[in-house]
Amino acid sequence: MLSLFRLQAAPLLFAAALLPDVAYAQSADVAAKLSAGNAAWILTSTALVLLMTLPGLALFYGGLVRAANVLSVLMHCFAIACLASVLWLVAGYSLAFADGGSAHDWIGGLGKAFLLGVGVDDLTGDIPESVYFMFQMTFAIITPALIAGAYVERIRFAHVLLFSGLWLLVVYAPVAHWVWGGGFLQQWGALDFAGGLVVHATAGTSALVFATMLGPRRGFPRELTPPHNPSLTMMGAAMLWVGWFGFNAGSALAANGSAGMAMLVTHLSAATASLVWVAIEWLKFGKPSLVGIVTGMVAGLATVTPASGFIGPIGGLAIGLAGGGVCYVAVGIIKTRLKIDDSLDVFAVHGVGGILGILMAAPFGDAALGGLGLKMSVGAQLGIQAAGALIVVAWSAIATAAIVVAARALVGLRVAPEEETEGLDLTQHGERSYTL
Amino acid sequence: MKYIIAVIKPFKLDEVREALTKVGVQGMTVTEVKGFGRQKGQSEIYRGAEYQVSFVPKVKLEIAAADDLAERVVETIREHAATGKIGDGKVFVLDAVQALRIRTGETGDAVL
Repeated sequence: MLSLFRLQAAPLLFAAALLPDVAYAQSADVAAKLSAGNAAWILTSTALVLLMTLPGLALFYGGLVRAANVLSVLMHCFAIACLASVLWLVAGYSLAFADGGSAHDWIGGLGKAFLLGVGVDDLTGDIPESVYFMFQMTFAIITPALIAGAYVERIRFAHVLLFSGLWLLVVYAPVAHWVWGGGFLQQWGALDFAGGLVVHATAGTSALVFATMLGPRRGFPRELTPPHNPSLTMMGAAMLWVGWFGFNAGSALAANGSAGMAMLVTHLSAATASLVWVAIEWLKFGKPSLVGIVTGMVAGLATVTPASGFIGPIGGLAIGLAGGGVCYVAVGIIKTRLKIDDSLDVFAVHGVGGILGILMAAPFGDAALGGLGLKMSVGAQLGIQAAGALIVVAWSAIATAAIVVAARALVGLRVAPEEETEGLDLTQHGERSYTL
Repeated sequence: MKYIIAVIKPFKLDEVREALTKVGVQGMTVTEVKGFGRQKGQSEIYRGAEYQVSFVPKVKLEIAAADDLAERVVETIREHAATGKIGDGKVFVLDAVQALRIRTGETGDAVL
């Protein structure tokens, strides 16, 4: 996102050379600024990032739960996608990206609520604002959907909706504003290319707080049912990988070298972390598992996300190595040692990965380690990165706790033990996935 | 007539079926079942966490056999389902009180 202003000129020339007739279709003053090439890539990226949630994340999570809960998980992801889309139009986008006046360091204003005043020819940078709105919306969809991994198999559906809606406005939109919308973290020079703070640190932290307040699933940790369908999980993971090209390379907001390099390092980090995770499993337990290799992939992708626009290929490899190893250890600490039933390891994989990537963006963004160069010393950048992570983690934790308390008072939190045993598919939604 | 119920390891099913066919068994009912015995359960590991699976998958065979064949059926199952390891399963033999072929109404050993 940060590179939008830095790298604007080159893609404009590029697009003007390749796509003259598209540019002619626009009115004169718009044609002078609009980059059809960049707009085309961000339109494509928007579709890719939506694919990450629907059906990527839904399948990834759905395969990991009991057979009696798979529909509820698909439902969580789908319903959150719908709700977040509407709220993004109502106020989310405006709070994140509109002018906040005297409060602009902290939060955007309501000037663009319902996109009032935004016309079809209005631009953000050199792409239509409608495209920018949609692209950002797909991030606002997947982030609360990620948190679903913490509360699966025992949550009341009404709580999912109320929590996710409030969380989008109270946690996601402000943090997006701090980091990408001109808020204080962006002013400090914090580097977060595609959402290590905005997406993964917020969702991961909130997942951990939510899981702690909700309590574990019945039978945790000794008598849980294993994942019911790792095939679904693999299919979802593969869609996440492909979609992540839109997530990270799209965050260049241009069809240029920055996007290309972001795609390259994203892919390498995913591949490396997959191998790291499965190698650890193989050595430790004697069997390399499918669930293991795809979990490593997500860890590698989450970790490289904040750094993806600032590093080179070696950084991609290094971040993949670190992401796979550190997130693996984190899963053990959260689940086995702390006994917190963050059921699908949202904090250990996304939270830890996102924060690790935020920190690693400083050294590997430096030209000395093959990065594209920092505007300050590595130490100074690292300090800003760490401070940003601390602030985002603190805000996510406090706000999540408050939202869970409020939503619990209004619609309840957890299903009855009997309903939990019978499964959420039948008790919450009146459907079953596998009728034999 | 005897009614024989055998619970065996799934991978032994084909071998046992072939052997039983050779000794003259003309039909059987096979069900995929889960249960536990002295083997208890087994554990599976996902993302480094161990899941206890307390019911182990097995295959249940139900075979009706004439009295003079019953012993050979039990022996054949014993011979072909055994691996010598824990979890090989069990065979139970019951007296069948009545048998009826639904299509023709025949009863007794003629049903087999």
